[in-house]
Amino acid sequence: MLEHSLTELAQLLRTRELSSAELVQSCLERAERGHAALNCFISICPDQALAQARAADRLLAAGQGGPLTGVPIAHKDIFCTSGIKTSCGSKMLDNFIAPYQATAVARLAAAGTVMIGKTNMDEFAMGSSSETSYYGPVRNPWDPERVPGGSSGGSACAVSAGIVPCATATDTGGSIRQPAALCGVTGLKPTYGRVSRYGMIAYASSLDQGGPIARSAADAALLLTAMSGFDPSDATSTEAPVEDYQETLTDGIKGLKIGLPKEYFTPDLEQPVAAAVSAALQTLEQAGATVVEIELPHTHLSIPVYYVIASAECSSNLSRYDGVRFGHRCADPVDINDLFCRSRGEGFGAEVKRRIMIGTYVLSAGYYDAYYLKAQRLRRLLRDELRAALEQVDVIVTPTSPTTAFPLGARTQDPVAMYLSDIYTVSVNLAGLPAVSVPAGFSNGLPIGMQIIGNYFQEAKLLNVAHQYQQLSDWHTQTPAGWRQGA
Amino acid sequence: MGKYGNVIDCDFPNESERMSLETKQVRNVAWLARLAITEDAEAGYAEDMTTILALAAQLQAVDTAALEPLAHPLELVTPRRADRVLEADRRADFQRHAPLTQDGYYLVPKFVE
Repeated sequence: MLEHSLTELAQLLRTRELSSAELVQSCLERAERGHAALNCFISICPDQALAQARAADRLLAAGQGGPLTGVPIAHKDIFCTSGIKTSCGSKMLDNFIAPYQATAVARLAAAGTVMIGKTNMDEFAMGSSSETSYYGPVRNPWDPERVPGGSSGGSACAVSAGIVPCATATDTGGSIRQPAALCGVTGLKPTYGRVSRYGMIAYASSLDQGGPIARSAADAALLLTAMSGFDPSDATSTEAPVEDYQETLTDGIKGLKIGLPKEYFTPDLEQPVAAAVSAALQTLEQAGATVVEIELPHTHLSIPVYYVIASAECSSNLSRYDGVRFGHRCADPVDINDLFCRSRGEGFGAEVKRRIMIGTYVLSAGYYDAYYLKAQRLRRLLRDELRAALEQVDVIVTPTSPTTAFPLGARTQDPVAMYLSDIYTVSVNLAGLPAVSVPAGFSNGLPIGMQIIGNYFQEAKLLNVAHQYQQLSDWHTQTPAGWRQGA
Repeated sequence: MGKYGNVIDCDFPNESERMSLETKQVRNVAWLARLAITEDAEAGYAEDMTTILALAAQLQAVDTAALEPLAHPLELVTPRRADRVLEADRRADFQRHAPLTQDGYYLVPKFVE
């Protein structure tokens, strides 16, 4: 299965050379093994998956079905799935079975995909290493002693290890792109509003966006086409028309103007990562692109702006977990405040509590103007800088993460060091722009990611550039030892 | 007022003290957020929050008087729809997830004397 792209798998399914039931069965077996070694799933659902696969086979036998019919997929455990537990990586929701389906999941199901399980993640998507999960840390298939990145670490890990050909993920400050980079896969964060947030458990509502993780840009394009579109259930979803993102993949990139922000190449950037991105840029130049230096002078403020705004929105969003209507409730509460405080104290992990408290602090009387409003003003400055840059160039290219995958536990004692993992990704969320991370090399056997940022709703352009790069490189076809075909 | 109620009166630090949170302020924020945290964890949270707020203090270095706050990246217009009932009553479905219900109500400990 590993050697096939989504398009090829769909073709094999349509010509009946492979049945969806066989394909799903092999994914389920691999998922059990992957889960034991890498802890990348929270739930695996063989009964439901095989029933869906058999239904897909019936459709395919009747000559019906689309390009994704019968294709296995894993969903990040942040997306509500009716009948299957949605925990969001938290003890708070360890007993929660959503009474409805997230729109992104429903759209992918309607397109014929078969869900084999729900992937592990940082608790409530708060983390950059997938270590804050109530269900234990996810491991990186390239080196199990290292993190896969986060918060969508389970999805990136499962695709990287060839357990599933594709997965859904979400990105609030880099949570699709950074794990994609650290696991050597392709991850796209769409424009804010492109994919419905309905049924996607909220962390920071003005930043959260769902998107695909797959092995190539071409596969991600297929998924994005199926996931996207206006949803009346999400007031922030956009009516901008959905394109067929596969259609423009093969366009040439001659004349493409690439901006390189000089502020992103700081001493914190590991030298092999910088070298890999430079080499990738040369490849794009050889294909006819030109590279110009651009300025994003306030980049250094993006992390503090992000953590003030994201924490404020998180403290508000997570107030719904009160132990009353669903989720964890403490034993024997003596009064209503005891019920609230202990249910939340027991249900949330340390990082979630830290962010709720920071958010509560920056929103409290006397601090609101100095922290929250100040951060919102600077959010405008950062967005305007990116907008201005994208008037001069077609896309901006940067490293996705300043380092390759770091050892498990290396940053858990130092929240700020962990936050700095997102230095190259958070501005994109603050501005609401789309960006994709593609594999661009290795350092000491660990994958390196290159980020391509585009203008609003230019996912087709991003995927085109990423695909053209993947036609000229083979980093995205590499598979970790122990997870290769036949292994 | 329950056992957490007694900390609501404690003050936030003033401007000059802002950079270093004490356990008293952590207790107050935890109360505002309705989070029970154990006494032996308070010092750790105080230290972490002090570090994070020091990071956030970098924002003060920039003059933002001419910038309007931006709450949302796309500055969307909220779509409107007709005021019609679209969904069926699913109270029983939703209450299945509740820790405690009775006669269609959610049960919580008594809080009005």
